[in-house]
Amino acid sequence: MAKLTFKSDDCKGCGLCVDACPKKVLALSKDKINKKGHHPIEAVKPDDCIGCAFCATMCPDCIITVER
Amino acid sequence: MVVFEKPKSLTDVSMHYCPGCTHGIIHRLVAEVIDELGIEGKTIGIAPVGCSVLAYNYFRCDMIEAAHGRAPAVATGVKRSLPENIVFTYQGDGDLASIGTAETVHAAARNENITIIFINNAIYGMTGGQMAPTSLPGQVTQTSPYGRDVTQCGYPVKVCEMLSQLDGPEYLERVTVNNVKNIRNAKRAIKKAFQNQVEGKGFSLVEVLSSCPTNWGMTPQKALEWIDEKMIPYYPLGVYKDRSANKEAKA
Ligand SMILES: Cc1ncc(C[n+]2csc(CCOP(=O)(O)OP(=O)(O)O)c2C)c(N)n1
Ligand code: SF4
Ligand code: SF4
Ligand code: SF4
Repeated sequence: MAKLTFKSDDCKGCGLCVDACPKKVLALSKDKINKKGHHPIEAVKPDDCIGCAFCATMCPDCIITVER
Repeated sequence: MVVFEKPKSLTDVSMHYCPGCTHGIIHRLVAEVIDELGIEGKTIGIAPVGCSVLAYNYFRCDMIEAAHGRAPAVATGVKRSLPENIVFTYQGDGDLASIGTAETVHAAARNENITIIFINNAIYGMTGGQMAPTSLPGQVTQTSPYGRDVTQCGYPVKVCEMLSQLDGPEYLERVTVNNVKNIRNAKRAIKKAFQNQVEGKGFSLVEVLSSCPTNWGMTPQKALEWIDEKMIPYYPLGVYKDRSANKEAKA
């Protein structure tokens, strides 16, 4: 199983990673707001992650680390 | 095993770019290439004026801030005095194709052994979204509220096509970063542009079609679609010049 780590404090909530994920693993948090004032990224279906790193490739801010 | 992490050649500083702005993706690709070529210790970057004016905070290599448009001239001086170092500029379209046109054209004509990463987002981002020389015909900007009127403002400058008419440059390619496939291709081109300099081949410029969601007035997602729908038809992707490849093909 792949493992995702997020640098959530710096996430800008742009959602580009959400759209890039073929497995619909990611979503912006509905209740949390980070110190930058954005809804940060979260893994809502972490067990479905295949570790393809499409999300991290699209992220302009290097928020996501992917391990496999 | 780590499949993806932030490249070593980027600092830990959080970038100031707007949410979803592809400047950040292009910074990362440059840093990944510096890491992969193992040239971090001898690379010198030249930052422009524009949204990427603060690029010196983000790259871990030595950086110099140039006056608006003058990065290729600064790079020329640095590379000629420190020929063993790897020198790159990172410039927007207002910087490279407007106020800095002369520096760009003559550095290319002289085949300076430098690498230029040219960010074409068809607008002046930093100053609030004015029309750039690269804004598309009909494109609405702060200074063309009814759309760019080519009878008044002329036509966009196509930098790769224009420079390809010169005998000087070694390598010119236009890429974009609006999806995973295109990002991988952009990285290949950026790596080649740095590798060319390592091998002493000469002037290498990669034009990257980039988004400006804020000043285009779009979501980051819509801005990536706009690159496909509007920018690529006007600015076709591809290699505009590759002298070494041509030589090999002829031999
Ligand atoms: C000599 C000079 N003239 C004008 C300006 C104002 N100015 C700052 S950034 C900029 C254009 C930036 O646009 P671009 O290069 O496309 O970069 P972007 O911000 O879109 O990334 C201009 C005209 C300046 N700083 N210095
Ligand atoms: S690594 Fe692939 S599957 Fe996992 S969250 Fe990222 S895009 Fe989705
Ligand atoms: S692409 Fe990066 S900055 Fe944007 S929402 Fe995803 S993790 Fe956050
Ligand atoms: S103004 Fe445009 S180019 Fe500048 S950081 Fe924001 S989105 Fe990016």
